[in-house]
Amino acid sequence: MQAYLTLVRRELGGFFFSLTGYVIIAAAAFLIGLSFVVLLINLGNDPTPMPVTELFYMTQFFWLILILAVPVITMRLFALEKFTGTYETLMTTPVNDFQVVAAKFTASVIFYMVMWLPLLGCIFLIRHFTQGAAPLDPGVIGATFVGIFLLGCMFLSLGCFASALTKSQVTAAMISLVLSVGVFMLSFLTKGVSGTSWQAKLLAFFALPDQMHDFVRGVVDTRPMILCLSVSALFLFLTLRVIESRRWK
Amino acid sequence: MSNGLMIEVANLTKRYAGHTAVSDISFSVGRGEIVGLLGPNGAGKSTTMRILSAFMPATSGTVRVGGYDVFRESTEVRRRIGFMPENNPLHLDMRVREYLKFRARLKGLGWRRSRERVDVVMQQCGLTDVSRKIIGQLSKGYKQRVGLADALVHEPELIILDEPTIGLDPHQIRSVRQLIKSLAGSHTVLISTHILPEAEMTCNRMLIMYQGKVLASDTPENLQRFMSSNSQVIAEIAAPEAELIECWMQIPEIEQFDVSAAEGEFYRCALTPREGIDIRPQVFAIVQERGWFLRELTRSRHSLEDIYVHVTRADEEEEA
Repeated sequence: MQAYLTLVRRELGGFFFSLTGYVIIAAAAFLIGLSFVVLLINLGNDPTPMPVTELFYMTQFFWLILILAVPVITMRLFALEKFTGTYETLMTTPVNDFQVVAAKFTASVIFYMVMWLPLLGCIFLIRHFTQGAAPLDPGVIGATFVGIFLLGCMFLSLGCFASALTKSQVTAAMISLVLSVGVFMLSFLTKGVSGTSWQAKLLAFFALPDQMHDFVRGVVDTRPMILCLSVSALFLFLTLRVIESRRWK
Repeated sequence: MSNGLMIEVANLTKRYAGHTAVSDISFSVGRGEIVGLLGPNGAGKSTTMRILSAFMPATSGTVRVGGYDVFRESTEVRRRIGFMPENNPLHLDMRVREYLKFRARLKGLGWRRSRERVDVVMQQCGLTDVSRKIIGQLSKGYKQRVGLADALVHEPELIILDEPTIGLDPHQIRSVRQLIKSLAGSHTVLISTHILPEAEMTCNRMLIMYQGKVLASDTPENLQRFMSSNSQVIAEIAAPEAELIECWMQIPEIEQFDVSAAEGEFYRCALTPREGIDIRPQVFAIVQERGWFLRELTRSRHSLEDIYVHVTRADEEEEA
């Protein structure tokens, strides 16, 4: 446990003591801000029954931020350590591989959630400027963040896996991007198959945009939860295997 | 440990795809010894060290550190070693103190214990002045000391240093060597180097590696003796040449000699004694007895460089 916490702290330090962390946060904040500008322009003067979070989601900036930020966050996790050689000093201390993978993943999730904080700020700004006319249901906001967290875990685990595969950060980012876009695109395959076949039912489980749409409306469904958590677990397990593989070679 | 051995390596082989880095080596290192692993680049030193530090497994053979198998009981082994890999990788964005503290915690030291130990090793390695500096901004010498401090911080029984003095200036090299020497007795130290005088100065015993094999294992002095069995004695004497030649002919201990003119009235005599005999006192006595002038009397000492070339060449010839 001590090693795990020490490593989480170190990884977070790696994000926050370097410029990279702040660049990622600034870029995400910029895109979130931009999405709210778009949102407000679209809104005009017509009243809408939709919650702010759903309006934000409808601008599609969410996916852009998620798919661009995750590879940048995760690319350094293992690749940088392998590149600089600190991986060797890390792996010759009495920590086990599981602790290393878990710590790196936890740190990336924490950083990722910090990156999304500006969204909360934007939501409160809207409330401020509409003099409380915009309904702000804490439940809906909570559900949105649960969705952000779950999808984040899933994509970050893909990134972790990609980073463990190589010692080049650029390669790691590319693999992670391809995996993320691939998983995201799965949902669009639904259109190609007929609505009642078993393939369609199966693909419906992977319809991430629809599932996220539920979250931003305040609906917390167990199906996407199980999907995200099991995919995360699978890819973290694969990461662990990649890390352990040095013992088989 | 009952048998007092820190490292036991038996029939260790490591193959990478296509080539054999270490082939069937066996050696052991006792507690408190400082052992130098010597060899040219690519001899298999780093591979051996990585296996010893449980970073990667051997293809075959067994390696035990402090009685624990490096593969099956790797956590126990890692608890007992301090390893500084080649090129000394560090987290360059951290401050010295922060880094050492992080490493100490990672190696399982408690909160207070890690603070104490960090203070001790910083003192030991001369890092107290730079404790708040960012590692990336330090000079190479300081970085090397940070690496050493990291290897020492949890008081490991075995310290493995892969080329600890590479890229340092002579002054820094001296301080690093002194530090390593000061560890003798309380710790077992295994250092690798391709610089011979370094091993000669710091180690009690040397293992010479070449192309994945251990060619020789002995103290630097014994290796010296092995080589100096027919080393020459050089004497520069002012005397008539004929008398000198006649004199050397009469001494039975001298197997071969060569007299050549040096500057002034002096002659340079290169005398090869019979095996293992030091003829210097005898030469001095003769010079005194005959009233000659002597300005130099030395035994040409073989450097480890010679041993090294000798041992490795013998092996090459064998192969050819």
